Amino acid sequence: MGLIQTPTPSVVSVDPVNSEGWITTRLDFLVNWGRANSLWPMPFGTACCAIEFMATAASKFDLARFGMERMGYSPRQADVLICAGRVPFKLAPVLRRIWQQMPQPKWAISMGACASTGGMFDNYAVVQGIDTIIPIDVYVPGCPPRPEALIHAIMMLQKKVMKDRMSDTAARVEMEPDPTSQLYIPPSRIDKLSEQFGNSIPQTRSGQ
Amino acid sequence: MSAFTVIQSGSAPGLPTPATPKNVPHRGGDANPSAEALKAQFGAAILRVDVVWGETNVTIDPARALDIVRWLHDDPSQSYEYLSDVTAVEFRDRGMPIEVIWHLRSIKYRRFLRLKAPLAKGQPLKIASVWSVYKGADWLERECYDMFGIVFEGHPDLRRILLWEQYTEGFPLRKDFPLRGRLSRAEQLRQALAANPEARYSMEELSIADAFQELPLDMRARIKGGESTGE
Repeated sequence: MGLIQTPTPSVVSVDPVNSEGWITTRLDFLVNWGRANSLWPMPFGTACCAIEFMATAASKFDLARFGMERMGYSPRQADVLICAGRVPFKLAPVLRRIWQQMPQPKWAISMGACASTGGMFDNYAVVQGIDTIIPIDVYVPGCPPRPEALIHAIMMLQKKVMKDRMSDTAARVEMEPDPTSQLYIPPSRIDKLSEQFGNSIPQTRSGQ
Repeated sequence: MSAFTVIQSGSAPGLPTPATPKNVPHRGGDANPSAEALKAQFGAAILRVDVVWGETNVTIDPARALDIVRWLHDDPSQSYEYLSDVTAVEFRDRGMPIEVIWHLRSIKYRRFLRLKAPLAKGQPLKIASVWSVYKGADWLERECYDMFGIVFEGHPDLRRILLWEQYTEGFPLRKDFPLRGRLSRAEQLRQALAANPEARYSMEELSIADAFQELPLDMRARIKGGESTGE
């Protein structure tokens, strides 16, 4: 109509005709933004905290707002392990193996008093804090925590992911388990085992 | 009456309609008629009959436990078809015997009977398994063995069920077992993590042995090669 439209400064324009449709950012920021908003949780519910976790994922609290609607029950396709509930010693090697099966980068949330410290179960059967088995990023207090508390923990985790730096490779270094351990599975075998479940090769850890 | 006659609820032959008992005394009251029948049948093997809160507890000689349970199951006048539970009790008084307890229920006569067999301290904790009478006793007796260390003689597969099979610290529900276990936390964790998660399950439990021919070829090859850690 004869009018020249100029983009408003506060709006990012992606109109290819418009020569001003540029955005610049750090690659760090872009990658972290993508990761933080599409975390795929792997629920590891062992007790009553899992009930609150279910409430968090259900429609009222709606975990999908954080890009987490896809609960992965395969550790090979998960980013965040959410351990909800007490972990007995009998489950300790299972939890550690599940953690080892998750591809890097990966994070863990310890949900509730029992997972974080053993809670009231200071007895012969219960692990006194799952950080003795796997590294934990966020501890959620509560018995059980309210869904808001878990959402808060997830938002804290997202902030942590946003602070990641490409130059800091520590977060992407594969934590190799001890080959002399009974729990050790060679990477080639993990590839072989996960192949039939449709995992793409780069997701698995042999790097081939 | 054939074995497959359906007995409707509240219509058991020759019995009044069931009603919720009221004002049940703590001690005393009508004993389960099976207690008298047991006394008549086994005499001295029946040590004591108590009625507590309307439920009949029959204390029996542990040596005759299997005979008594078998008779209660088989005799048509008793017909205890259902084994609710096998458990044990150790009392705080160290001198008192450990009691092995069976909860029996007769669906036909709507009766509940609790059998107790005292096992003296200082003796090997051994008692006959009732697995040959009730197949459901299998896991109940395994749990009882796992928690109390009572050996059920004649059980087909007596091993730990809740704790892992390499567990070395003892039997947790015994009074001399410390609440936090015998080993340090670090040693407990080390032993737990050294355990192989798959090795705890027998081939029978996973039914792999039965379904072996239907497994994929590569899995069959791995199992045949003696691998026990397949996923």
